[in-house]
Amino acid sequence: MNASKQLYWKKNLSYLSILLLIWFIVSFGAGILFADFLNQFKLAGFPLGFWFAQQGSIYVFVVLIFVYVFLMNRLDKAFDVDEK
Amino acid sequence: MDAQIWTYLLVGFTFALYIGIAAWSRAGSTQEFYVAGAGVHPLLNGMATAADWMSAASFLSMAGLISFMGYGGAQYLMGWTGGYVLLALLLAPYLRKFGKYTVPDFIGERYYSKNARLVALICALFVSFTYVVGQMKGVGVAFARFLDVSFETGVLIGIGIVFFYAVLGGMKGITYTQVAQYCVLIFAFTVPAIFISLQMTGNPIPQLGFGGKTTDGVYLLEKLNQVSIDLGFAEYTAVNKGNLVNMLFITAALMFGTAGLPHVIVRFFTVPKVKDARISAGWALLFIALLYTTAPAVAAFARTNLINTVSEKPYAEVPQWFTNWEKTGLLKFTDKNSDGKIQYLADTNLNELAIDQDIMVLANPEIANLPAWVVALVVAGGLAAALSTAAGLLLVIATSISHDLLKKNLRPDISEKGELWAARIAIAVAVFAAGIAGMHPPGFVAQVVALAFGLAASSFFPAIILGIFDKRMNREGAISGMIVGIVFTATYIFYFTPQLGGPGSRENFWFGISPEGIGTLGMIFNFLVSIVVSRFTTPPPAAVQELTENIRFPRGSGEAHDITIH
Repeated sequence: MNASKQLYWKKNLSYLSILLLIWFIVSFGAGILFADFLNQFKLAGFPLGFWFAQQGSIYVFVVLIFVYVFLMNRLDKAFDVDEK
Repeated sequence: MDAQIWTYLLVGFTFALYIGIAAWSRAGSTQEFYVAGAGVHPLLNGMATAADWMSAASFLSMAGLISFMGYGGAQYLMGWTGGYVLLALLLAPYLRKFGKYTVPDFIGERYYSKNARLVALICALFVSFTYVVGQMKGVGVAFARFLDVSFETGVLIGIGIVFFYAVLGGMKGITYTQVAQYCVLIFAFTVPAIFISLQMTGNPIPQLGFGGKTTDGVYLLEKLNQVSIDLGFAEYTAVNKGNLVNMLFITAALMFGTAGLPHVIVRFFTVPKVKDARISAGWALLFIALLYTTAPAVAAFARTNLINTVSEKPYAEVPQWFTNWEKTGLLKFTDKNSDGKIQYLADTNLNELAIDQDIMVLANPEIANLPAWVVALVVAGGLAAALSTAAGLLLVIATSISHDLLKKNLRPDISEKGELWAARIAIAVAVFAAGIAGMHPPGFVAQVVALAFGLAASSFFPAIILGIFDKRMNREGAISGMIVGIVFTATYIFYFTPQLGGPGSRENFWFGISPEGIGTLGMIFNFLVSIVVSRFTTPPPAAVQELTENIRFPRGSGEAHDITIH
C-alpha cells in the first residue's frame, strides 16, 4: 500500500471512530445510561432522557449516515480512489 | 360502506398492484434473480430495504409492545434502527466492493475455506427460515380476522401470492414490489397516527404531538404518567433502573444482529456502485425512521385512549370495537367484584381486563372512532409488511441453496439456466415449507424469531467485520470464533427459555442478562476467540491479504460478480 492510500485509510478510520462515538453517546449514553438523569430536563412535554430513547437517537442515526456519505465522497475524490 | 367492504377493496387493489409489478419486472438471468442485476437506484433500493426490514412485527406488534412497556420499549426502537449506522459505516461499502451474491459467499472467499462457507450457510438458513415462518403466521392471522376466512385458508392465500411474485421475479421482481409495499405500509401507518394526533393534541405531526398538550392544556405524557400511577402501573416515561444492564445488552444485540442478518446485507449487493451502497443505507434508515419515530407516538396515544375509554366504564355501555375484539379472545373482561364496571389495574388480583398487546395497532383506529376506510388501510399495510419481509427472506433461502450449496459445493458445473431453475424450485419448496410450518407453528417460533438477532450478532457480525478490518484474520480464527459465539449464545438461550424446555430460571441470569440480550456477550466472545486464535496460527495467503486491502478502496467495484480466487 503506498503512502497516499495509507493516509486515505487512516482518515477513513478516524471518521469512523468519531461518528461511532456519537452513535454510542446518543443511544447507549443519553438513551439508556444517563436517561434517568436527563429525565429531570424537559423538551416541550418530553422528559429529555425519554425523548433521546424514543425519538432523538433515531434522528441522530439518520444524520450520521448522511454525514458519513458526504465525508467519504469528498475523501474518495481528494485521494483519487472514487469510482468513474 | 363498512370496514369489511373497504378491506376487500384495498387488499384486492394492493395485491393486484404487487402481481402486476412482478410480472413486469421478470428476472431473466441469475444475476437479475440474485441481485436484481446490481442496477437498482439507491433511493428505490432504500425503500425496498425498508419494506424488507419492517416485518409484521414492526408494523403490528411493536407499537402495542411499547404502549405497555413505556420508556423500556425504546430498546426495540434504538435496537432496530441503530444497526443501520453500523451497516453503512462498517459493512455495506466494503461488501459491495467485494462483489458477491451472498454472505456465505463472502465468508467462503475471505476465509479461503469451504467449511467456513458451509458453517455460514447453515447459520443463514436457520436464521432466515425461523424468521419466515413467523411472517407466514402473521399473514394467516391478518387474513383470518379481516377477510373472514379460516386461519389455514389465510396462510394458503399468502403462500399463493408470495409464490407467484418471488418465483417469477427473483430479486428484481421482489425489489420493485417492495417499493410499492413500502408506500402502502408507510401510508397505512402514518394516516391513522396523523388523525389521532390531531384529535388528541391539535398537532398533525405525531412525532411532535405526543410531546404536546391535550385539549385541556396539560402535557399528554404528564397526563399519561398520572393515570398510570393512579391505576398502579409504573410511570410511562420513567427509567426502570433495575433493568439498565439488561436493556443495554438487548439494544446492542438487536443492533449488531441487524448488521449481521443475511437478508439485510444482501440488499447492498443490488446497487451499481460502492458510493450507492453507502447512500442506500442512509435512505433505508430514513424510510425506516418514518415508521419508527411514529410508533412511540402511536403507543402513547393508544395507551391514553384505551385507559380513557375503558377504565371505570360500565360494561353494558362498551363501544362496538370492544365487543368485536372480545369475540377473538384477544380481549377479555371478567367482572371480579361484580360491580358491572371495568377495572383496569396493575394489581393482577383486582384487574378485570386482559388485553393482548398485538391488537393495539389494529384496534387503535376503531378506538379513536376513525372512518372505516382507515381501518381497512391498516389491514392492507400489515399485509404489505408481512409479505415484503417473507419474500425477501425466501429469496435468501433460495439463493443459499441454489448458489452456495449447489453451485459452490455439490455441482460446480451447473449451467446458468440450470442454476436459475434450481433457485426457482428452491423458492417454491421454501414457500410451501414455510407455509406448512406457519400453519402448525412449533410453539417456540415466537421466541426463536426474536432470538435470531442474537445468533446473527454472535456469528456473522464479528466474522465480517474482522474480514474487512483485520488483514491478519485467518480461517482458523474466524471459524473458531463463529462456532464459540453461536454455540455459547444458543446454549444460553435454550438453557434460560422455559418455552424451549430449558431448566434455567430468571434469578440465575448472568449479570441479569435475559436470553434476548445474550447475543452481545456471545459476540464479544467471538471477537476475543477469533483474534487470539488467528495470532497463533498461520497468516492468510498473500492473495487474500491483497483482496482484503483492495476492498478498502472504492475504485474498480464493477458489478456483483462471480470471480474465484482459488
